[in-house]
Amino acid sequence: MIFNVNEGGFNMKTIQDCLKERILIIDGAMGTMIQRHKLEEKDYRGQRFADWPSDLKGNNDLLCLTQPDIIEGIHREYLDAGADIIETNTFNAQVISMADYHMESLAYEINVAAARIAKKAAADYTSRNPGKPRFVAGAIGPMNKTLSLSPDVNNPGFRAVSFDEVAGAYYEQVKGLVEGGVDLLLIETIFDTLNAKAAIFAIKKFFRDAKQKELPILISGTITDASGRTLSGQTLEAFYVSVMHARPLSIGLNCALGAQEMRSHIEELSQIAACYTSAYPNAGLPNAMGEYDEQPEQTAHFIEEWAENGFVNIVGGCCGTTPDHIRHIAEHVATIKPRPLPVVESVLETSS
Amino acid sequence: MSSLTIKPYLRLSGLEPLVVRPQTNFLNVGERTNVTGSKKFARLIRENKYEEALSVARQQVENGAQILDVNMDDALLDGEKAMQTFLNLLQAEPDIAKIPIMIDSSKFSIIEAGLKCVQGKCIVNSISLKEGEAKFIEQAIICKSYGAAVIVMAFDETGQADTLRKKVDISYRAYKILTEQVGYDPEDIIFDPNIFAIATGIEEHNNYAVDFIEAIKEIKQKMPLTRISGGVSNISFSFRGNEPVREAMHSVFLYYAIKAGMDMGIVNAGALVVYDEIESQLKQLCEDVILNRNPEATDKLLAFAETVKAKDKSEVKDEAWRKGSVQERLKHALVNGITEYIDADTEEARLKYPKPLDVIEGPLMDGMNVVGDLFGSGKMFLPQVVKSARVMKKSVAVLTPFIEQEKEQRRLAAEASGSTVNGENTGAAKILLATVKGDVHDIGKNIVGVVLGCNGYDIIDLGVMVPADKILETAKKEKVDIIGLSGLITPSLDEMVHVAREMKRQDFEVPLLIGGATTSRMHTAVKIAPEFEKGVVHVLDASRSVTVVGSLLNEEQKPHFIKGIQAEYKKLKEDFASKKTVKQYLTLEKAQENKVPIDWQKFQPVKPAFIGTKAFDGYDLAEIVPYIDWGPFFIAWELHGKFPQILKDEKVGAEATKLYNDAQTLLKQIVKEKWLKARAVIGFWPANSDGKDTVTVNADGAPVHLEFLRQQIKKAADQPNISLADFIAPATTGKQDHIGGFAVTIEGIEPHIQRFQAAHDDYNKITLQALADRLAEAFTELLHQRVRKEFWGYVKEEHLNNEQLIKEEYMGIRPAPGYPACPDHTEKRKLFAMLDATKQAGIVLTESLAMYPASSVSGWYFAHPESKYFGVGKIEKDQVEDYTARKGMPLDEVERWLRPILEYDA
Repeated sequence: MIFNVNEGGFNMKTIQDCLKERILIIDGAMGTMIQRHKLEEKDYRGQRFADWPSDLKGNNDLLCLTQPDIIEGIHREYLDAGADIIETNTFNAQVISMADYHMESLAYEINVAAARIAKKAAADYTSRNPGKPRFVAGAIGPMNKTLSLSPDVNNPGFRAVSFDEVAGAYYEQVKGLVEGGVDLLLIETIFDTLNAKAAIFAIKKFFRDAKQKELPILISGTITDASGRTLSGQTLEAFYVSVMHARPLSIGLNCALGAQEMRSHIEELSQIAACYTSAYPNAGLPNAMGEYDEQPEQTAHFIEEWAENGFVNIVGGCCGTTPDHIRHIAEHVATIKPRPLPVVESVLETSS
Repeated sequence: MSSLTIKPYLRLSGLEPLVVRPQTNFLNVGERTNVTGSKKFARLIRENKYEEALSVARQQVENGAQILDVNMDDALLDGEKAMQTFLNLLQAEPDIAKIPIMIDSSKFSIIEAGLKCVQGKCIVNSISLKEGEAKFIEQAIICKSYGAAVIVMAFDETGQADTLRKKVDISYRAYKILTEQVGYDPEDIIFDPNIFAIATGIEEHNNYAVDFIEAIKEIKQKMPLTRISGGVSNISFSFRGNEPVREAMHSVFLYYAIKAGMDMGIVNAGALVVYDEIESQLKQLCEDVILNRNPEATDKLLAFAETVKAKDKSEVKDEAWRKGSVQERLKHALVNGITEYIDADTEEARLKYPKPLDVIEGPLMDGMNVVGDLFGSGKMFLPQVVKSARVMKKSVAVLTPFIEQEKEQRRLAAEASGSTVNGENTGAAKILLATVKGDVHDIGKNIVGVVLGCNGYDIIDLGVMVPADKILETAKKEKVDIIGLSGLITPSLDEMVHVAREMKRQDFEVPLLIGGATTSRMHTAVKIAPEFEKGVVHVLDASRSVTVVGSLLNEEQKPHFIKGIQAEYKKLKEDFASKKTVKQYLTLEKAQENKVPIDWQKFQPVKPAFIGTKAFDGYDLAEIVPYIDWGPFFIAWELHGKFPQILKDEKVGAEATKLYNDAQTLLKQIVKEKWLKARAVIGFWPANSDGKDTVTVNADGAPVHLEFLRQQIKKAADQPNISLADFIAPATTGKQDHIGGFAVTIEGIEPHIQRFQAAHDDYNKITLQALADRLAEAFTELLHQRVRKEFWGYVKEEHLNNEQLIKEEYMGIRPAPGYPACPDHTEKRKLFAMLDATKQAGIVLTESLAMYPASSVSGWYFAHPESKYFGVGKIEKDQVEDYTARKGMPLDEVERWLRPILEYDA
């Protein structure tokens, strides 16, 4: 039941069913879409936080509480564009990142609200077309402090945060997302694998404590430059090996690179991953103004080629992508067969 | 598009992946970043030189280590912190962090601390079933949550697997649990089927290598996806110091183990010789030993090793120590515990120095200072220190007549010149040690005496059962600098309070040290320290005594040290006072209502084979020996670890093995030459309880009332407030129940103690004392077994091995008066009267109700299947008053005996 998107739908397809049939589409950038609304400080604050002592502009996750209609509207635009999976607006919604706005106490509430908003929109679309069920992925971002890197160049052994603190923050976020009703959990934009391991630790612990069946986990790392490594220094395969204990539904890459730069990495990943693969690149690399200007047609063209080669199961967009990009991507891959799930052998070939 | 196949390979990662494929060669796990295995690394970590410690890791990688084993198990380190610091720093070194980490600790908290620092997929080294399935599963789940592969040691609740069968069976059991209950992938499981030292001279060890190799084959056949690892250097442990032989043994061992399927091993990646390049004779001998092909193999390899040793550079120096100056020779003899040349060397030194005393204050003290430093830094262990002390004492014995003679000459000269005599002052601080009145136990005190003696202090040991006035009189007369009290039984605590009060009354200025099994920091803080404000310090064990005494005798440090201790004790006392209110206690009446619910109607008491007593005089020691629990023997020597694993312990294994072998030799002699005599008396009598806390025994027609105490602390729902009386059928049930009693002793130790003392041989003296204690306990165990099966006979079928006996898996109990289940020592008088124990077993009770001979055990037998060991805990005034009435003793006397368990201040 847990895998079904609507509560009554005993015959509803699970995400696993859908992944066997076709390439699924995940939505595009949330931040880019929020920018279009040109929100001001007072819009972020709403009535409830009119007197909050610190600046709140830029706290996009807070909009789940103060501007829920705008967020729901963005979800609906992506659902209209054909997204099978939409991400909650919770990239920074845990106590450690929220401390920037002194909003640690709101982290849990934001997650619950974000999940409910996304779920409401997704359920609406599913009920209108039950043949194409929509799934809500609870977005778990990398947070603003890292576990493998020292912020102090003179003291490489120093850590600004501990594993227990990070795992604790994620635990609370997961609790909020699950209670708000998400279908999937997405650990994304991982640039420090140890943070991701803390998130996995938190997810496993949460479901053990709650005595609840685990929701499917999607994992998406970030290769930051041409070296092909994560920011914390791991090669792609090392990263993959380090997180496989999550037994994720899918593993993939997002952010930092455009589709063109991401190609070789997603190809490599598709050769080693025992689970489904995902990729949602940025709309190219940012230009001199910091803007993404790769056109929907171009992005879709690159991703179509990956799909043709059997690299991917879930595709979409990250920074700079819009409902238009998603619509084009969805159209381009609609008829292409997904990457088949690898066969995991359980015996060794006899060796001499 | 055909789908990809993913192979079930073990996959690990640092910054780079490591995939263990079938064609992957043997993996070298770097062992030098291990504080238990590398002195250099241990020193660097202890001195906080992490930069240099990283270079040790880098060297391992450069020498070809593919995985890095990191171990911070050192008693002197905060292991969790050291692990985290080192691993965090290591993450910033890409040339090291590229390979996967093996987090190695016997403490799971250190493992978890390490797992929190590493982004890659680690190996945990190790978990096992030794603490049972529940713990194993719990730890495995945690390892899995961090995404680590695990090494499972072939170790279960009954001990470390040392046979082929056990190695395979335990591994398979762990495998089933991990794959079926925890959800581990088989390829993430690595077995360590225990590599033990071979060629130790102990016959049972000869097949250890073969067992390991055969176990690999079976494990691989049964569980083909799993991997095999092991600590290779263990195999050659008995050749420590002889690197050429060790390296050859490692190579030969690996040659066969890898062929059998060993995948990885903890090795010094830089120091493996190539199998083919081992000298042919050595190779042949190593193969004989490893494959156990020849009963003489060990001896032959040992003989060969001697020749190699002679060639070995570092060992040549060893041979050369006789060529050094006499000072150097004395120092060498002290540090290495060699008595062989000590008389001649001492004599040579005496002739060289102006005064015989100069020899003691010069070279002997220099040597002992080295010993003290090494012991203090954990590089020497207690048995070695005691051997050093033996050398010291022998040397001093040579010098003493000359010192006396010189003193006499000076006295005569002074008399002739009409001046007064100056007392001889060696300059060494004097420390008085005594076991307090009423107590006869002195192993711990003897050890403290030896250790402090080794550190240059002048020890005045007054022995056992020393009354307060004798202690204080001697202290004044000898102008001692410190007084140390020891005690094992609870009444000794009161006696120590008494000594402290007397010290205050008599205006003593010297500090008081408190030690012994029954003492605690808390008791010292709450009860003793407030009585004497010039400084009371609880000393946990002999090794701590050195630093404590050092601080107290240093004029600069002393005020600061005592102030610190006093502040600490004040805090403890306050905590203690505030904690007391937290616990809730029931009234005695309520506690009695909540007694152990036993359905007596369904229980048929078994009648013992005889009523009355039965004495055993001169029980065959050889029969008793197999019942010995060796664990406490090593604890007496401050070597901590479980037996027999302690013999193979990386850190103390070599010393533990030596000690064990020495003890075995002595034990054989004791048995063969009948040094000691085992005596005992047991008895059974009809008994019923009054439904409360009194058990009435019909002994020789006259009723004896045994009074027991009941737990009064408020328990969780369904948990009874237990009294031993609950395990005897109440008279109202109409069923005739029984109770048993015993007193066991090992007598005849004195002449041998005196002989060792005369020979200045503390090492054998302490070993003998510890063995006598072990024999008394073992005899008790043996008799209890016979009682269960034969004399009382309530269990006809019982098949328990010694380990299960030690774990008390038998039915029925044998609690001792004065111990937690029946903490009142005075009931011992009734037990002794009923058994006529003084006449029948030769055991005397002191005024504190300690038993003499010291190696004695006495107690009650309870047969009911639900009877179990427990602690009465603290009790309230209402119970004490009720108990006082039942015993017909004055209240203040009862309170004095029960003081340690009173919940209120009396």
